[in-house]
Formats: sequence, structure tokens, C-alpha cells
Amino acid sequence: MQLLNILGPVMIGPSSSHTAGAARIGRIAYRLLNEPVAKAEIAFHGSFAKTGSGHGTDRAVVGGLMDMETSDERLRDSIELAKKEGMEILFETVELKNAHPNTVRLRLTGASGKKLEMIAASIGGGSVEVRELDGLPISFNGTAHTLIISQKDAPGMIASVGSLLAGASVNIGTMKCAREAAGKRAIMVLELDALPNDAIVAALRAMTNISSVTLLKKLV
Amino acid sequence: MEYSMKELVAAAQGSTIGQAALLNEMLDTGMTEAELKKIMRDRLEVMRASVENGMDPDQRSLSGLSGGQAAKLHAAVNAGLTVSGSLMGRAAVRAMAVAECNACMGRIVAAPTAGSCGILPAAILTMQEEKGLSDDALVNALFTAAAVGAVIAQRASVSGAEGGCQAECGSAAAMTAAALVELAGGTPEMASAACGLALMNSMGLVCDPVAGLVEVPCVYRNVGSVANAMTAADMALAGICAPIPTDEIIDAMKAVGDLLPACLRETGEGGVAACPSALKAKKI
Repeated sequence: MQLLNILGPVMIGPSSSHTAGAARIGRIAYRLLNEPVAKAEIAFHGSFAKTGSGHGTDRAVVGGLMDMETSDERLRDSIELAKKEGMEILFETVELKNAHPNTVRLRLTGASGKKLEMIAASIGGGSVEVRELDGLPISFNGTAHTLIISQKDAPGMIASVGSLLAGASVNIGTMKCAREAAGKRAIMVLELDALPNDAIVAALRAMTNISSVTLLKKLV
Repeated sequence: MEYSMKELVAAAQGSTIGQAALLNEMLDTGMTEAELKKIMRDRLEVMRASVENGMDPDQRSLSGLSGGQAAKLHAAVNAGLTVSGSLMGRAAVRAMAVAECNACMGRIVAAPTAGSCGILPAAILTMQEEKGLSDDALVNALFTAAAVGAVIAQRASVSGAEGGCQAECGSAAAMTAAALVELAGGTPEMASAACGLALMNSMGLVCDPVAGLVEVPCVYRNVGSVANAMTAADMALAGICAPIPTDEIIDAMKAVGDLLPACLRETGEGGVAACPSALKAKKI
């Protein structure tokens, strides 16, 4: 869809990186948390910290946390809307090491108490990249169906997950793994060419050593 | 999609660049003509709405640096106070309106970017008003513009951070000039010439946003660039073409972009952004 990328996206201004990309980052985080956000600690780094307020970066991130698309006109008033719904929002600036100039760190607490920490960058033209999840380095962008699997580092995990997906004819486009240390907490991120059904996700969740499975449907 | 204007023109023989681009896109994406046209028509509607939204005289951006000026220009054009006449005046008003809509967190279509979003809609919607063109004709013109933009993006860049404003407002003017030529019934060769002329006339334009925001000079550059697009289209329709092939001009734009220091590529540290008054505005 190259022509439609040149004449697009449809978005809320003023900046594809500081507004549209920021909203997209918020939306990915919301989808990963998979429940309403009760508390959001939003830390801006670099250009996001310097010029973010004039670009509505703060409103865009919060709008994303409420599942708003980059073209949603409510982005402008998202902070007021979020507060009305009881979301506690804390903004701060932060210096992150070796981070892209347009980076935000989100620390979220969901309605059930579920926690998520995500660091992501807006890398231009509205495209984004998640760089860190719950303290582990990782990379994905939300343009493909993405499986995020938290697990204990153990032999055969990759093979088990891979063969389960193969059995359902779901092709793995890319795959990245990271771990705290051998035998400790690990994470696996798989970008898929097709959306796995609920049974596959349930089977993954039931696997030994897997503590959580999140399926992020690709963002349009 | 084709990588050169020369190939694009060759593919459009006996037809239009817009039509050739549409056929090519159907092959590339597997989508039908109706599906692609529907998406483009929806974008045309967003463009139309962004003109309306940007006309609000009370609208202001978060920084307070922009908003409400399209309404001012509109009043001056209506009162006959401007020098460039009704058609150019109405295009200028629309370009400013869309750019201000963007600055004020309104909904726009990046064309090709958010900072340069006013040029294309302003030109084609004014042309429609003037000549009574159908929405179908405008949708075709959007495919023309997109095809030209794709060539520029592939050979050079449409990002201010990479190539300066010549790559944003310059590319938007070039895309618009080609679209205007096809709307006026010109040949693919004329459309390509218009693209080259518009790019030539914006060669070297730097990206120098005051306070790092997509407001000053972006809003005003959208107005200047729609005039660039319209005069380039007029020259091309008169049979004038630059003695330099359009692809070479695109390559020159890339070379100039590569030579620009970082302070003139969207960092807000050079050009207008470095003026003493701009530095004061930065502290707001």
C-alpha cells in the first residue's frame, strides 16, 4: 500500500512522529496491558521531553492508552477524558541511556492491579518501535500480529512454541528472545503472518514454564 | 511503483499518470479498483473537512503560535484586498486553513507529511470549485500526486529531518503541480515537467521550525508552496519545460538535502528558528 502511505496516514496533527507516533505507542501499551489503565506514569525523553507539550505528545499518549486511533479527534481532550474516567496520570521527563530522541517510558497499572513497563520510540512518519518490555530489551512495531510470551528460560521453549504455531499453519515472520540470565525470567516476541485462534493462545498459556501470553493484533 | 518519472510517464502513455498508478497499485496490493478508490475518496473527504475546520477564527495551537490566520486571509480575499486574484487567493486560504487545522490538533491527511498537508488539498479543491470538476476527477488526481510522491520518496526523501523543507513542502508542491496538470487535461509529459519545475523552484529550502513545532514557518510555507505548484502547472501546460529532466532535479534535491547540516533539518536550531525572536518564542 505504498501510494496510500505517501498520501496518508489520516491523523490528528501536528506531527507524525510527536503526535501520531505517540498515540500509537500509547495504544500498543494499552493493548498489551489488556485492561483499562488505572494509573499511568509517563516519562518523556529527548525531543519528546523538549517539544512534546507543543505537539500534544502528552495528550496523544494518553489517548492511545484509552485505545484511541491516531485519527481520533478526541486525542485533543484525552487527558480531561482520562481523568474523568478515573485514570491517574503522572508526567515526568527522564534521561534514558542510548535512547532514540523520541522516546517515552510508560509504567502502567491496570484496573486489576496488573503492571506493565514499556519503553518505545517514535521513529518517523508515525512508525514506532517498542524497545523494552518489563525491563527486557526487545523490538517490535505493532504492524504485524505479535505474540509476547513471558516465560522461564528453559531448553526447548522456542521449539515448543514454534511447533505449536506450525501445527496451526501460522507462519512466524520474525522472532526475538531476551532473558535476564540463564534459567531466569525470559521473553519471546514473535511477529506472525496470520492471527492464531483462541485455542492456540490457550495452549500456549497452558505450557510449562510460560507465565503469560499476550496477543497484540496488528494496528491498522 | 516506478522509480523514475521517466518510467512513470512511459507507463502512462495514452492514459494518465493517475490511472497508470492506480493499475500498478492494484497489482502490488491485490486490492480492487473500487477498494483503492474508496480509500482515496475517504481521504478526499478528510481533506475537505480539514479546510472547514481550519477556517475557525478562534482556533489556536497549544503553543499559541498559530491559528485563526486562514480566516483573516479569507476575509481579505473576499473583500478583494489581495493582489494575486480570486483563484490563487482561495487556494492560499485553503492551504493555510489545512496547515492551521494540523497545528491545532485537527484531523488531516499527511500529503506527503503533516507539515506539508495543506498544499495538495488546497490546490485540487480550489480547481474543483473553479472548473466544476467531479470528485472522481479529484480522486484520480490524488493517485497522480501519490505516484509522483512515491518516486520522490524512493529517489530522494519526503522527510524534513532527512532532506529539509524542500523534501516536504517542495515535494508536496511537485506532487500537486503534476496533479493539477492532469486535472487540466495536460499530458503525462507535462505533468512530469510541472513536477520538475516545482521542485526546482523550492531547491534548497531548509526545515527550520520555531521552537521545534510544526507551526512557524510551516503554516506560511504551505501557502507559498501552493503558489509554487500552481505556477509550475501553468508553465508546464503552456508547453514550457525545464531543460533538465525531472529525475535529475529530484536527484539534485536529494544531493542538496545530504549537504544540509543538521541544524537546517528539523532540529529547530537554524534558519528562522534561530532568529532572536524565535528563541524567545521557544521559552513560552
